[in-house]
Amino acid sequence: MNRPKTCFLLFVALIAALAPFQSAINPYYFNILISIGINIILGVGLNLVTGYTGQFSLGHAGFMAVGAYLSGSVTVFLAPRWLPALGGGAAGETALFLLALIAGGLGAGLAGLAVGVPSLRLKGDYLAIVTLGFAEIIRVILQNMEIVGGPRGLSIPIRPTGLFGTYLAAALTVYVVVLLVHSTYGRGFLTVRDDEIAAEAMGINSTKYKVIAFVVAAFFAGIAGGLYAHFIQFITPEGFGYLKSVDIVVIVILGGMGNTPGVILAAILLTILPEGLRVMSGWEFLPDAVRGIVKNRMILYSLLLIILMLTRPQGLFSSGGKWTQKWRAMKRRGRA
Amino acid sequence: MIQFLQQLLNGLSLGAIYALIALGYTMVYGVLKFINFAHGDVYMIGAFAGMYITPYVWKILPQGADSSRFSWSTAGGAFAVLALSMAVCAVLGVVIERLVYRPLRERPRLTVLITAIGVSIFLEYFGQYLFGANPKLFPEILPDRVIEGLGDDLILSVNQVVVFAVTLLLLAVLCFIVLKTRIGTAMRALSYNPVAASLMGINNDVVIAFTFGLGSALAAAAAVLNAINYPAYSIDPFMGILPGIKAFVAAVLGGIGSLPGAVVGGLILGVLETMVVGYGSPMYRDAIAFAVLIAILLFKPNGLLGRAEKEKV
Repeated sequence: MNRPKTCFLLFVALIAALAPFQSAINPYYFNILISIGINIILGVGLNLVTGYTGQFSLGHAGFMAVGAYLSGSVTVFLAPRWLPALGGGAAGETALFLLALIAGGLGAGLAGLAVGVPSLRLKGDYLAIVTLGFAEIIRVILQNMEIVGGPRGLSIPIRPTGLFGTYLAAALTVYVVVLLVHSTYGRGFLTVRDDEIAAEAMGINSTKYKVIAFVVAAFFAGIAGGLYAHFIQFITPEGFGYLKSVDIVVIVILGGMGNTPGVILAAILLTILPEGLRVMSGWEFLPDAVRGIVKNRMILYSLLLIILMLTRPQGLFSSGGKWTQKWRAMKRRGRA
Repeated sequence: MIQFLQQLLNGLSLGAIYALIALGYTMVYGVLKFINFAHGDVYMIGAFAGMYITPYVWKILPQGADSSRFSWSTAGGAFAVLALSMAVCAVLGVVIERLVYRPLRERPRLTVLITAIGVSIFLEYFGQYLFGANPKLFPEILPDRVIEGLGDDLILSVNQVVVFAVTLLLLAVLCFIVLKTRIGTAMRALSYNPVAASLMGINNDVVIAFTFGLGSALAAAAAVLNAINYPAYSIDPFMGILPGIKAFVAAVLGGIGSLPGAVVGGLILGVLETMVVGYGSPMYRDAIAFAVLIAILLFKPNGLLGRAEKEKV
């Protein structure tokens, strides 16, 4: 048995063992735990595109929106008809939830394919702005779809998202990404990132690898969106705007591009950080100016991005391991 | 026909403003080969600078009581607001370049791109912290009047004419700077080949800082002109995102790196947007820019007036 598989199975066994105790957790910590799981899925997924394949996407929240709305619609519109057929009760609900998640993931994956094929011919700045544009278009379309509530949003009657489901999905995401990166596909991703022209010269179809990475990431973003929709129970198109995409990008950059453990740590850190900041903004002894800045986490996030890029472009959690060396190799080659 | 002419006029005055912002993108791209994502937010700062400067200007140059009559004091005040807010943004542009972009000059493009996004978000949220999140009303620095006697339904305001005139003036000054002065020659040399330019004794740092200052000043001018163009213009810390993206599209449409291209692209985009709103649906107002961008990148990635760049291995 190989190491990723062992880790994956051990982790699944661990969360399965812990799952019965989830009702004992304080709702506030439960919320944070679920958000961490969802952010891990989003971050690790985007890392496949940005970190391993070197394609900068600013529209990841768009795929999350597709997943959230599609899975939410499955629950809202199919539940009354299908739930009796599935046997009703908890088992039927779980089956329907699973179906909704898979539908959300597949829908987002398809959206990823539709967006990726035309836009991945572009590079760097252009790609960033085109993905941003597509995400905005997805948002505008959702806003004008009356059947899912348009700008008023969609509310989902049930809340099946639990610790086990969320962390199982997170573990699956990490497992798939790790396996993918260590497979032939992974060699393709890294080659495209390190030097696209050389990759093309070696006969690697760079567009194919870029699109694959993009679609896989969009699929997981869709799953994350589905989990999120069934957790928060009320979604609006506004919630999946540009700033949500930036949140995910910050997770990837902070964790270190192409560093999956780092990205997981960053997802945990960045989910807890706003809570810590909220506590800090209540401290009376701090000067008002500091409290004002602390209250607005985006000021700190943006400063973090700038300072990190100036001093540690490889991310926070990288200490001269093999990924740092890869980063240096990339840097030596000059333009990414 | 009258409606078409009307839309054309409105579109051109909107396009003039996009053109001014697009020039900043294209100039920075020319010398540094990177897209300054924070440019739209510099435009936002320009608008706020204008708003905060206006009361001080009015203390020295009081606005005429009768807004229907031309007064030198009012016109001078508007000009002073324009000039001062351009100066503020020029300084801001140079400071951003010095603090953030200069240390990253030899780094991979992705690093610079992420930093630019960081700067953009920082300006937006720090702006929100500094100016407050609520939209604010830009003071009416140049009271508006409609020019009479153009025909039945054709409405042309004095301020639209002022916007055209000031834009043309700024373009003429820019042309003079780029084509006739030493620093303009240096800018052009740098955009051809930075290494060769520095071997010829050009101080690249100075030229790049100057380019940032010039581009940022034009963004501030666009902000103040926009306020003159639309009465009761409200400004907020996030107002720069959309014009920034649209101006970027205009720059790409005209061919990024080409100064006439930026102007042409801005005018085309402005007219297109007004036509879509006028004849189609206002819902697609903001989607049109992205549609144009995607189309141009797929069919003519070098833009209308850009030159093709071969990638060297």
